[in-house]
Amino acid sequence: MTKQATLIVENLRKTIRRKEIIKGISFELKEGEVFGFLGPNGAGKTTTIRMLVGLIKPTSGRISICGYDLERQFTKAIRHIGCIVENPELYPYLSGWENLEHFARMVPDIPKARMNEVVELVGLQNRIHDRVSTYSLGMRQRLGIAQALLGKPKVLILDEPTNGLDPVGIREMREFIRFLAETEGLSVLVSSHLLSEIQLMCDRVAIMAKGTMLRVDTVEHLLKEQARVVWKAEPLEAAKAILAAETSIFRTDGDTLITPYEPKKLSVWNKKLVEAGVAVHEIQPKLPTLEDLFIELTGGETIE
Amino acid sequence: MNNLVYNEMLKIVRKKRLFVIAAIVAVLVALFTYAQFKQVKELQERLGTSDWRTQLQQQIIDAQNRLNSSSISEEWRKYLQIRLQQQQYYLEHDINPSAPGAPTFMRMFIENAIDLFLPLLVMVVAADLVSSEASGGTIKLLLTRPVKRGTILLSKYIALLLAISFILLTVALLSYLISGIVFGYHGWRLPLLTGFTINGEDLNTEGVHLLPQWKYVLIELGLAWYVAIVAGTLTFMLSVLMRSTAAVMGIMLAALISGAILSNMVSSWESAKYLFMVNLRLTDYISGTAPPIDGMTLGFSMTVLAVWGLLALAIAFIVFTKRDVY
Repeated sequence: MTKQATLIVENLRKTIRRKEIIKGISFELKEGEVFGFLGPNGAGKTTTIRMLVGLIKPTSGRISICGYDLERQFTKAIRHIGCIVENPELYPYLSGWENLEHFARMVPDIPKARMNEVVELVGLQNRIHDRVSTYSLGMRQRLGIAQALLGKPKVLILDEPTNGLDPVGIREMREFIRFLAETEGLSVLVSSHLLSEIQLMCDRVAIMAKGTMLRVDTVEHLLKEQARVVWKAEPLEAAKAILAAETSIFRTDGDTLITPYEPKKLSVWNKKLVEAGVAVHEIQPKLPTLEDLFIELTGGETIE
Repeated sequence: MNNLVYNEMLKIVRKKRLFVIAAIVAVLVALFTYAQFKQVKELQERLGTSDWRTQLQQQIIDAQNRLNSSSISEEWRKYLQIRLQQQQYYLEHDINPSAPGAPTFMRMFIENAIDLFLPLLVMVVAADLVSSEASGGTIKLLLTRPVKRGTILLSKYIALLLAISFILLTVALLSYLISGIVFGYHGWRLPLLTGFTINGEDLNTEGVHLLPQWKYVLIELGLAWYVAIVAGTLTFMLSVLMRSTAAVMGIMLAALISGAILSNMVSSWESAKYLFMVNLRLTDYISGTAPPIDGMTLGFSMTVLAVWGLLALAIAFIVFTKRDVY
């Protein structure tokens, strides 16, 4: 079964004061997947997200949502998007319920039942009639999601959804996002600079830096490439020479060598080392993280 | 559209703006009522008599004597005749023109509020209509609904017009009701002189005629409403252009106050008459006070204000619909 693409971005560019901020990015979101948007501060994540929801006009390129072009058929296209851009900023002098009513009035036919449904979905039943100014950040985040879900969107865009949440809140949010994608079939785009977050909840990840898309792939794929083995051997120089002939050596770290992780060849390499009289003290597959990949890809770049 | 305007009105009301405005008006009207009451008292003490009929009769006799003299110009003669008519009317109908009733107070209040106080009240509502959404970040939620940007701004503008109308109604009602406690609620049919036009040094009395006070007040209210809408539209544009409500208020306040100051000293700077802030005193054309610059008429001032208002509205809509929101 091939899943339909709900959001298609083609060659998106944005130039502000002759400086190209977004340099032609393309990607697709599929039904029921959580898509992670990863990048250091200033990579262009927020600018891209603002273009996706129509707040910023792209200099060139195309965004289509459920088949509607965002620029030419704005109201039809935006109808299928629910979003929180940066912080969930709502009217503090209105109650949570009044905020929802306010936004419900802006979309044709949202019944009261739907409002109750989203309130229950985000678990705000007990406080929904209190003024938003009395809400904690976590509750505002929930209310923000409630308003985003009001119009039954196909695509949910969340900019830094776990920002400012406590650990319990972060886990709840993660589970909630997975639930929306798996059970409700939404496409969810999540941006974050918290790599562990993305790794835990996303199906696919896009890594952005300096306005370009460095990689777009499934989390699994990205991590597989990233797997490493740490060798502790003596004498190190001899071990390095032997391993270099077999595979590539990423780096030498003190008295250890780091090579790619290839489970089937590990014993062969080890045998060669032993036969050459190298004492192998330790062979340790290193648990892969997106963080390493991220730092490697972005190279700890500075913001221009 | 109704839903959107409802949303905007809800926000204005829940921010308690209109309530604050009504409270300000109530306090000021009470203050002025008391001040005027004191003034009337003092005048009576100085003249030594509280019988206005003898005073008025004396004035009529004076006027008749002057009309009989031959050295009087035609213009002046006409003016005196009309005034005589007015004074006789007062006497016949037993109306005291120097003891103000609530309608008279209301008329004077509007005349004095039109160029500064009223625009100020309107500004309180208009200044943060858009800028507060930008600084509070709620603009992002507002603009990601399936509604065109122009429609959203239009709903805000309609809400502003409704709020302005409400403010004017509040000013009219409160000034009538509160001052009436002291001065009484009579005087709607009091005839007033209007229709003077002033060309340079000459007073042109050709169009002068009597108008019952209720009509007079209605005309002035209409003009005040017009001025309030223009001031509101200008503030509205600034509110679109700027994120900071304080900056919007600052600029608007500076413009309004500079208008009051300029009016007193621009008589030799002719092109200043195209500035909106020296054109705000529309009621002066009705009561026949000389305009700050020669050649200014009611039609001219209304046109200048309309041009400023329409330009501001156009800028507001163009910027709002095109702008990138960060």
